[in-house]
Amino acid sequence: MTGPLIELDRVSRTYGTPAGAITAVSEVSLSLGESEAICIVGESGCGKTTTGRMLAGLLRPSSGRLLFEGADVWENKGDLARFRRAVQFVHQDPYASLNPTRTIAQTLAPPLAKHKNLHGQVARAEMISLLERVGLTPPADFLLKYPHELSGGQRQRVAIARALTVDPRVIVADEAVSMVDVSIRISLLNLLRNLAIEFHMTTVFITHDLAVARYFARNGRILVMYLGRVIELADTEQLVSDPAHPYSTALIAAVPEADPKITRTKKRVSLKSAEVPSLLNLPPGCVFHPRCPLSEPGLCDVVVPTLGDLPDGRSVACHVALRERQPAAELLGVR
Amino acid sequence: MPILSVRNLSIEYRTRRGSVQAVRDVTFDLEPGQTLAIIGESGSGKTTLAVGLIRLSSRNARVTKGEIRYDDGKRAFNVLSLDTEMLRRFRWADCAMVFQAALSAFNPVITIWEQFLDTGRAHGMDDKRKVHERSRELLELVHLDPKRVLSAYAHELSGGMRQRILIAMALLLDPRIVILDEPTTALDILTQRAIIDLLRELRGTLGFATIFISHDLSIAAELADRMLTMYAGRIVERATVDDLFYRPRHPYSVGLMRAVPRVSGALGGVVSIPGSPPDLIRLPQGCTYYPRCPFHIEQCLEQDPPLIPVDTPHHEAACIRWEAVAAAVGHDAKAPLAERPA
Repeated sequence: MTGPLIELDRVSRTYGTPAGAITAVSEVSLSLGESEAICIVGESGCGKTTTGRMLAGLLRPSSGRLLFEGADVWENKGDLARFRRAVQFVHQDPYASLNPTRTIAQTLAPPLAKHKNLHGQVARAEMISLLERVGLTPPADFLLKYPHELSGGQRQRVAIARALTVDPRVIVADEAVSMVDVSIRISLLNLLRNLAIEFHMTTVFITHDLAVARYFARNGRILVMYLGRVIELADTEQLVSDPAHPYSTALIAAVPEADPKITRTKKRVSLKSAEVPSLLNLPPGCVFHPRCPLSEPGLCDVVVPTLGDLPDGRSVACHVALRERQPAAELLGVR
Repeated sequence: MPILSVRNLSIEYRTRRGSVQAVRDVTFDLEPGQTLAIIGESGSGKTTLAVGLIRLSSRNARVTKGEIRYDDGKRAFNVLSLDTEMLRRFRWADCAMVFQAALSAFNPVITIWEQFLDTGRAHGMDDKRKVHERSRELLELVHLDPKRVLSAYAHELSGGMRQRILIAMALLLDPRIVILDEPTTALDILTQRAIIDLLRELRGTLGFATIFISHDLSIAAELADRMLTMYAGRIVERATVDDLFYRPRHPYSVGLMRAVPRVSGALGGVVSIPGSPPDLIRLPQGCTYYPRCPFHIEQCLEQDPPLIPVDTPHHEAACIRWEAVAAAVGHDAKAPLAERPA
């Protein structure tokens, strides 16, 4: 495979609200290759979930294109149907994503029947192997259970098993681990990662937790969003050790760490304001400029920055970092 | 002299299946001004314990044993023997609780000012002017604009603002102890940071003691002086924050530490704890962590091990294998466990 597997080409999504139109996602481009792992991070309202839903074909972009193996998915119906099988979305909330009136077998049977024409004993054997793959053992015990009989972690495993019924090539998981305990969280992350490696799946993981993002995408990339825009896209280790955008730098400096010595001596970045602007009334120029310690009047409050490459190859949407050809972490002295 | 001494506290819930031993034989001290973090998975009993300390437990909960002794130097009493009126005064005037900043922590149909007023009234602050004055001071202390916030309804405010308001409200009667249940869960990173820094600052200016309940180890690393690890309703380790992070002696604490990914430092091996916690209705014989423990030996099944002193001072673990744990973890570790390969 030479070209990208799945691609967002300058997609935007606007919503009408009683107070006016908002652009939840603005001109996001991203291309993913086979077996790649990427995390989309950002705070609430940054557009990461909307981006993930567009990537999974669940939400049609207001403008821009979603491409799968080079074909425009929303252009023709046949492509969309094929795409829906190839790309699976695993929902954030395991309590809301499973139908409470269906047993696990009843949840897994319809996609197996519809997409793979499996019925009866053959379908049952397939379900058992799926449940085994997601670590629900003994699998036969789970088939007749209802979601309320399972723990949060087990439900998430069922949701992953359901996604696997159609042999997807891409899994988009939206904070699939945020609602559960530390230890269960890690076992789910490990499960998703291992499945991705075993079945050569591309995984997109959406989270607000940078430590989780680093862990999940350790050989991949991290995309940072702020107020609907991509502000940085970089290899994972580079992003966490030497962030290029002042916003990513502030986030990484602010993360509380599970290590008393590190967390108490970490260098902080002070922002000019704690207030996140409303999507209804975005600041002119760079949307981060009212809070940014590097912002320059006459530039950052006037001109909208676009993603550009630093000499080391990562992309950042910051006038100052791009002009200085240095990451913000360097410019702010928090490396 | 501890401001709060909990002795052999046991709390159970009655359910149709039988009684759930949610808190078992818990003993600890909280010194004035000290910050104590209680960690453990869900179902470990940490919330039952926290809520039990101010007797806010649900109706089917029952304290079966123990004592909760409060002593601020002027007054001393057993919280468990307070009558309704005295208990009302104790909650908030002596010991306040900050719940998670969910919308459900607020009354949706009254303004924030009315909630301050209600809180004041419910705990014996009848002078409206005084409540108003104090609310304004506290809101300023938590870096909010009192003018804007007091006339607002909860749904008009962000999660970070709501958490600040709950903290301000908890401080209304100048309590000596503040209990916080998951104070930063579900908040964004920059908001979490702001709340953590705020708590540190308030603790410094107002001097109250703090008990944190959290499954997030990073907030414990930030703020705690001492830590308790709870498992299956019991305290399985008691230590200073540095000892617990760098020199844990109970295999469960080790498991919790190893399960946390980090942003700084080496990535190392992050591993989950296999299995799940025991059924608290039918507790197994011996150590409740036995089935999940990589250090277990036959002898662990003989009795539920008591807390015993380990190799560092003021440090106890409920594990007969703590020396084997120490040998595996090291005696002078300076980096957290997760940075070492699993």
